Amino acid sequence: MSEHHLDARNILCPLPVIRTQNAVQELQKGDRLTVVCTDPGALNDIPTWSRINGHKVLDLKNENNLVTITIEVEGLES
Amino acid sequence: MLATRVIMEQGIHVEGINFFTGFCVEGHTHAIRKKDRSKPKRNNALWVAEQLGIKLHIVDVIEPYKNIVINPKHGYGANLNPCLDCKSFMVSKAYEWSKQHGFDFIITGEVMGQRPMSQRKHTMPVVQKESGAGDLLVRPLCAKKLPPTLPEREGWLDREKLYDFSGRGRKPQMALAEKFGFKEYAQPAGGCCFLTDASYSKKLADLWQTRGSREYELDDIMLLKVGRHLRPRPNFKLIISREEGETHFLEGYRKSFTHMRTLSHGGPLALVDGQTSNDDLLLAAQLLARYSQGREADHVDVAIHHYGGNVEQVSVTPLNLHEIPEDWYI
Repeated sequence: MSEHHLDARNILCPLPVIRTQNAVQELQKGDRLTVVCTDPGALNDIPTWSRINGHKVLDLKNENNLVTITIEVEGLES
Repeated sequence: MLATRVIMEQGIHVEGINFFTGFCVEGHTHAIRKKDRSKPKRNNALWVAEQLGIKLHIVDVIEPYKNIVINPKHGYGANLNPCLDCKSFMVSKAYEWSKQHGFDFIITGEVMGQRPMSQRKHTMPVVQKESGAGDLLVRPLCAKKLPPTLPEREGWLDREKLYDFSGRGRKPQMALAEKFGFKEYAQPAGGCCFLTDASYSKKLADLWQTRGSREYELDDIMLLKVGRHLRPRPNFKLIISREEGETHFLEGYRKSFTHMRTLSHGGPLALVDGQTSNDDLLLAAQLLARYSQGREADHVDVAIHHYGGNVEQVSVTPLNLHEIPEDWYI
């Protein structure tokens, strides 16, 4: 298991999801990815994307206009 | 959503593809503005995928899409919307993706006669041909109005369980949605692309005209979605935030532009796009002052943050509304 970080600040939906999706494609099952965004839409979209693709949302924060989401890679991309 | 469910009902595994062109109108692209914050901040494609229980792949096509916007073979619609070229492009990308990922055919939710450019009887075969998908492109909602495709001829799909919807009315689709138990669905009838918007298209045309070339980068087209755009002189334009959410968004771009803020009064943030003289910047400051809380004051202090870092403070008289010609607004 390894920890990874993704800076998705100052971009709007769906780019934070696309960047997350592309980053996850490079990771292994069990790896963790923490994404930082400024678009409040990421609060819904990254967890939704994670659920439909079988990944686990471990943590989700929305503080000082920054959304921070940590996901654990579970599912396998088709 | 309906087309996917129709195919899933036949026991077929379906996955979704959503393309991001840069011109997409999404709930929270607008949600940076307060007036839209009551709308759900969600990506509808993701929401639909979750309702259907399918995977969704969001594909960034910003770069290859530029050629579609700049050189549409079939021309534009009422604004700068290249709908027919766009549809062929997206179907071709979906077809390419389906081959790379081992899928047998692709489906779309098109209905014959529903949209004025890309979903007409004589343009639907154009999409089929120009996308390269040929008869591996199935339109489940109007399949019975079209010749049988390969998946139907081969029996992978039961044609009898497909539909014959046509025209602009949506009653049959709504009835089918009810049959499937869909209580909520994304708002139909277009409006999902900024290129169909007259005001946005005018700003894009202005961008191309003043640059002398029909090119753009993602930041250009994102900025066209935000703020009040005014071009007081041919060599520069101002982008002035209309509210706190837009100010916050434009702040992300302040290091790439000369920008201005009011100091003596509350007010918006303005980005200055173009090559400017001192006189141009004073005019820009007067315009910014007009949109600040000091609009009725004799003088408003404005900080000009030059591109590169120097900061200059000026005191200006706000322009009166009648001093701002209508044609300055883009």
